[in-house]
Amino acid sequence: MWEDLQTCVFDAPFVVIAVAEEGRGAEQARPWIEKARPSYPCLIDENHVVSALYGMVNVPQCVWIDERGVIVRPPETAGSTDHFRKMDLTTRTLAPELLAERNAARTAYLNAVRTWIRTGKHALPGDEARARLPVITPEMAMADALFRLALHLRRHGREAEAAEHFAEASRLHPESWCIFRDAQALEPSGLAGGQAFWERVNALGDKPYYPPPVL
Amino acid sequence: MATVLTDTGTHDVPTPGGLLLTPDDTERVTGWTLKPEGMCQAELCVPLTQAMKHGDRIDAAAFWRHLGNPVASDRAGETWVLGTGPDQRNQALTGLQAPDFALPDLNGKMHRLSDYRGQKVFLTTWASW
Repeated sequence: MWEDLQTCVFDAPFVVIAVAEEGRGAEQARPWIEKARPSYPCLIDENHVVSALYGMVNVPQCVWIDERGVIVRPPETAGSTDHFRKMDLTTRTLAPELLAERNAARTAYLNAVRTWIRTGKHALPGDEARARLPVITPEMAMADALFRLALHLRRHGREAEAAEHFAEASRLHPESWCIFRDAQALEPSGLAGGQAFWERVNALGDKPYYPPPVL
Repeated sequence: MATVLTDTGTHDVPTPGGLLLTPDDTERVTGWTLKPEGMCQAELCVPLTQAMKHGDRIDAAAFWRHLGNPVASDRAGETWVLGTGPDQRNQALTGLQAPDFALPDLNGKMHRLSDYRGQKVFLTTWASW
């Protein structure tokens, strides 16, 4: 959906950089990228380097960076919503009114990005941007180290030992869906959306899976 | 031989056990240099404690933890991750200067975030899973 942003002509120079957080490597992302044929850079991040650097915990999340390389909006949900939690799991479809709500939220977010590109609106003052930054704790830092170790071990065929480190990483950083989901076995569809995922989503209760961005 | 994964890359280093490295290998892996006053990087020097010295080798894992950084290893002690601690990571973010990184595209071409300076950047993550 970012292609619409990239192909608009704006007065200000602008680029989308999409980073695939793919612990199983580039080939997992290849069919999606080749199908989308993006005109913007689409990068492969086998070690979740970007998530760690920016304190991101889910996908899609985004950061807005101005021309000086300054973060003007820290990590936030990039246009996705929690409507999927009300999906009919048999048909994997949303009721029309929910679909409309979801699409409206996505459009509103894309419009906010377009407005920022054109006018600078929605860029946060430094203090407010700083206040919205994630705070990395020692537990999160250790979780990231264990996750990287587990990814390396999985790539080298040591799945059983990797699973122990994945589990400990997820225990130390339970808010990270990136750690939890990339550690899961994939379904035939390629998604990590099995029973464990839904149990964890349902355990959120009233908490959002995709916290809505505050624009 | 041990494989050490750091933010700067993957390093294969000889070790008699644990992560006991020569001063040269410690420098290669950690970026810190052994000097008479301790381990040094730029103007900063950190004294080595007795527990970090093993003859002419340095316990790089103990030194790394001493700096406040996370260390993880496999059961066999053959694969190590020397991560970046929370203080350094939070400090990097609170400056609001976007942390730089370099990653490949599908064709292996490397892209560095800072190459796009001068443009507004919408940096977004996604995944197939």
